[in-house]
Amino acid sequence: MNAYQEFKIIGSRPVRPDGLDKVTGRARYGADLNMQGQIYGHVVRSPHAHAVITSIDCSKALAMDGVLAVMTGDDLVKPGNEMLGSGEGAMALKDLVPMVMSQGKVLFHSQAVAAVAATSPELAAEAARAVEVTYEVLPAVTDVHKALAPDAPILHHDRFPDDYPEEPTNLATHISLTVGEPEAAFAGADVIVEQTYSVPMCHQGYIEPHACVASVDARNRVDLWCSTQGHFAARHFTSAATGIDLGKITVTASEIGGGFGGKTTVYLEPLAVVLAQKAGRPVKMVMDRGDVFRATGGAPGAETRVKLGATRDGKLVAADVDCLMDSGAYNGGPAAFPVYMATACYKLSDARSTGRSVYTNKPKIHAYRAPSMPQVTLGFELAVTELAIELGIDPIEFRLMNAVDEGDANMMGAPYLRIGLRECLETARNHKHYKSAVAEGAGRGVAMGYWINAGMQSSATLNVIADGHVSILTGSPDIGGSRASMALMASEVLGIPFEHIHPQVAATDAVGHTDVTGGSRTTVATGQAVIQAAEQCVAEMCRRAAAEWEVEPGVVAWSQGAAHHGDQTLTFEKLASRAGTMGGPLTFSSSLNSTSAAPAFGVHICDAEVDKETGRTTITRYTVIQDAGKAIHPDYVEGQMQGGAVQGIGWALNEEYLYNEDGVLENPGFLDYRIPVASDLPFIDTVIVEVPNPLHPFGVKGVGEVPIVPPMPAIAEAVYQSTGVRFRDLPLNPPKIVAALQDN
Amino acid sequence: MAVQEFISPTSLSEAQQVVGDGAASSWLAGGTDLLVGIRLGARDPARVIDLKQIPELTAIEIDETSVRIGAAASAFDVLHNSDVPSLFPGLAEALNLIGSTQITGRCSAGGNLCNASPAADSIPALIANGAQCRILGPDGERTLAVEDFVVGPNRNALASGELLVELILPRPAAATSDAYLRLTPRTEMDIAVAGAGVSITVDESGTCTAARVAIGAVAPTALLVEAAAEALVGSQLDQAAIDEAVAAVRAAATPISDKRGTAEYRTHVVGVLVARALANAQARIEEARS
Amino acid sequence: MNKPLNKMAVQANINGESTAFLCSPGQVLAEVLRDELELIGTKIGCNTGDCGACSVLVDDRLVCSCLVLAAEVEGKSVQTVEGVANGGELHPVQQKLLEHGGLQCGICTPGVVIAAKALLDHNPDPTEEQARYWLAGNLCRCTGYDKIIRAVLDAAKMMREEAA
Repeated sequence: MNAYQEFKIIGSRPVRPDGLDKVTGRARYGADLNMQGQIYGHVVRSPHAHAVITSIDCSKALAMDGVLAVMTGDDLVKPGNEMLGSGEGAMALKDLVPMVMSQGKVLFHSQAVAAVAATSPELAAEAARAVEVTYEVLPAVTDVHKALAPDAPILHHDRFPDDYPEEPTNLATHISLTVGEPEAAFAGADVIVEQTYSVPMCHQGYIEPHACVASVDARNRVDLWCSTQGHFAARHFTSAATGIDLGKITVTASEIGGGFGGKTTVYLEPLAVVLAQKAGRPVKMVMDRGDVFRATGGAPGAETRVKLGATRDGKLVAADVDCLMDSGAYNGGPAAFPVYMATACYKLSDARSTGRSVYTNKPKIHAYRAPSMPQVTLGFELAVTELAIELGIDPIEFRLMNAVDEGDANMMGAPYLRIGLRECLETARNHKHYKSAVAEGAGRGVAMGYWINAGMQSSATLNVIADGHVSILTGSPDIGGSRASMALMASEVLGIPFEHIHPQVAATDAVGHTDVTGGSRTTVATGQAVIQAAEQCVAEMCRRAAAEWEVEPGVVAWSQGAAHHGDQTLTFEKLASRAGTMGGPLTFSSSLNSTSAAPAFGVHICDAEVDKETGRTTITRYTVIQDAGKAIHPDYVEGQMQGGAVQGIGWALNEEYLYNEDGVLENPGFLDYRIPVASDLPFIDTVIVEVPNPLHPFGVKGVGEVPIVPPMPAIAEAVYQSTGVRFRDLPLNPPKIVAALQDN
Repeated sequence: MAVQEFISPTSLSEAQQVVGDGAASSWLAGGTDLLVGIRLGARDPARVIDLKQIPELTAIEIDETSVRIGAAASAFDVLHNSDVPSLFPGLAEALNLIGSTQITGRCSAGGNLCNASPAADSIPALIANGAQCRILGPDGERTLAVEDFVVGPNRNALASGELLVELILPRPAAATSDAYLRLTPRTEMDIAVAGAGVSITVDESGTCTAARVAIGAVAPTALLVEAAAEALVGSQLDQAAIDEAVAAVRAAATPISDKRGTAEYRTHVVGVLVARALANAQARIEEARS
Repeated sequence: MNKPLNKMAVQANINGESTAFLCSPGQVLAEVLRDELELIGTKIGCNTGDCGACSVLVDDRLVCSCLVLAAEVEGKSVQTVEGVANGGELHPVQQKLLEHGGLQCGICTPGVVIAAKALLDHNPDPTEEQARYWLAGNLCRCTGYDKIIRAVLDAAKMMREEAA
């Protein structure tokens, strides 16, 4: 397939196949399934942020009428150093198990310490209150600098970062990468900007709380239904935590009500399985919204020092980035990501990038859309714009002068193939938003961002049904419209109507291994598996037609949903209906570990107006320009661009975790954890740039994550332009802005 | 302990009888505070008594001298009453801001007042309009000004067995208008970080002849700031008078710093809001005159 | 040992059908709809009235069903997302959400359908600002609201054209 081809249906906007169920309330999410005979699980959570459990007594709870099972951390495996999962969801077993339920030490407020299952949710809650836990309370540390101070309470006494002496520390990881000679390059720079920037810890903010139902039979065969971004990963983590054989667990993914990285792990699932094992009844568990905020992993807060140097002619010559991240109670900080991605948009041969993560008494942080890139890019892009302004160069021009091109290497040494960053910048420069005058009193900011995009493993099975319809089974939970894209890609290859294709998310036994829906990889990698399975189908149908016509398969052509040779035609429907007598069932599978991913680049333009008396910021205009390679279904590409941008807007303006000194979260709800609401925003304009990915049959590039990377610097710059005051510590909430305006 | 009983009396006397018999009860109007409180463990009534089947509690009545709003009348009903929003645009602004459309559909001014959050939106607007509370209890009826009804954070002046029946607002005099503004980080869905409710009367020469200024979310209760009114009455609502009123409200404010805002910020912003609310009320009067 | 069953019997009209159910005095409508009546279209995102995912209409009034006691709907009509379409015919709001791609994960969609229907029943010609403020109580984390608002305004236009 040539990536620059004309498409028949790719790029159109049909109604998604799962859409009808979603607008009529028929779609089933995690909490929407009930199994016959089910009982209800309830978690007992620690009221302390840092403590040693000195005793747990579940006997009173178990003695209550209607309470059928209780469990503690002893009912999970004793964790070793095995690594689980891959990509953004990777973690060590010794982090996963205590994160799911404490193994004797409590490291964050609301950490699970025990659980009960009873015949009604109210009874289960009452039984949970009857579990008696005694603690030796320890001082809590929630600030990263305090955690690194010599007298800090130490969370882990058994872990030491590589190359560090084996002394107690809360430093979890420390990675650094240098290319060229940054010190010499800084010495040769005419202008240097060096500043420290910070973003708060925040939550992915998915509207659907975690939920699952687990059923375990007498031979330990497990049926698990859960809301997850990856049911194969959920199976893997559940098996690892409970000790039940992987092959005995079947996981069915429900529809998922948002994840953004936060549902690439497990929290309730191993607990529901153990309780179901003990009770001999299915166990349903649904997380309370407060516990979602208090006890699941959000995105790390981070402080990033950025130093950039440029010469007077506008060439960026040196960079030094040092990102200090909050890991929460266990190791999960993707410290490596800023290391090799911080400079990704810019031509730089002399640079250093360092990433450190630190343990604190908060829930272990987890992936959130382009993990760690927004934290680093805030500072990098603001510093770039500061340099541009000091040099008297337009911010987009400066970026065009320094943007990476095909053939340039990133800090890991890998050269870019054909990328679309320059095209995005040029589109931004020529866009009517950028050309329009900034309104009186408002400010404008521009920023760009990068995300590496993953490939990873995907599988697909295609079954041809006797009436010419096709079912496509994949292992990719659909978080944003991917089933529509799968159907479009299959329709493109097969030449049959979109409406005849029925894409489904199959259970773990019904389709080959598939890694999580994350990493902006689903349309690329699962799409490749679908395309390959469809191509196999076409090849087999041509072979059968050739056999029927007694010609070589090579002379049979496939077009418009039929096999052709001369004036002979056999349609897809005909071949489907005659499958049994023409060779047997038409079923095709494809699996791959995709190496076809290409990176994502985006450029955002933001106009904002600050009410200088109240400090309130209004986003008046916002444009997202992004290279998608090829947009399979433009509605859902635009949707990712808009949704990611708005998450970045929320993070820039109002979202943050507020912990008190005892490590208790003060805003565990949507009232005071303030995600943007409809009236906060204008329409978000989008431009999809298409520079086809040469490695992918349809030219697709992942799109889901990069949109959250540019908003924070774009908004911070717009606020600076509106107020004349530079803000480097987010969020830009009203009290902060007014205080700074009064100081200036 | 879960709620054990739900009762729907259809008359005031039935309501008094039910609440009088000893079990820990909560009155239910819109439920948008009570049910959240129960869910979060802050409220634990054994019995919930629904007030919405009692006609006096949901009625909205207007006559020549006063407007009476039943304590359990929903904000939505008040906002869509044919007369109340034009008589009290500021009160309407306040009720509309209490929460989302879904909350507005259920919440009541009476419930918002009885819940007595320091940041409640209805209270500064009710105070600015001189609203009175009609209270019914085992010992009979009494009336209390709204500013005296709230006695502390989440504490009101109702004694055991008493019930707020309705709010009575005197009809505004000619050339009078009210306004309510609040500061929230988002445009909706937030609790007020600071709030200001004002009512002014401005005669044809542009002189302010009457004023009531109330502020919210900057003290344990909403406050009527008489010093601000004194600065305005007799003035032309010129910058000096406004500045004096703003200084008065800032001096009266005793806010705390919490997850929603710092004390310094609240003090600063409540002044900004009072100035803007006064300008809005003045503009309404001028528009009505023309 | 048997605790006495403390349930109330409630009769209401749910999605056009006369329905009877049992509920505890403190049970909220959202729970009863989902667990007793198996109408799982109404979602629970927060249970404290902050997200709008549980939106339903009670006597045509838009409310959060997590903030209504089930016992309160005695004698009233309740409409959930399952009752919005007319048999096989989608309501314009549903149709336009599909056409515009105004949903991604779909968890907020039932609440949005109900809230938008209530908006257009109340105001057939809302401005963009009016639509945004009316829907401010329906949190969406996926779409950034853009395509939702476009869909709602387009549905309003379609309904006005059909009425004309």
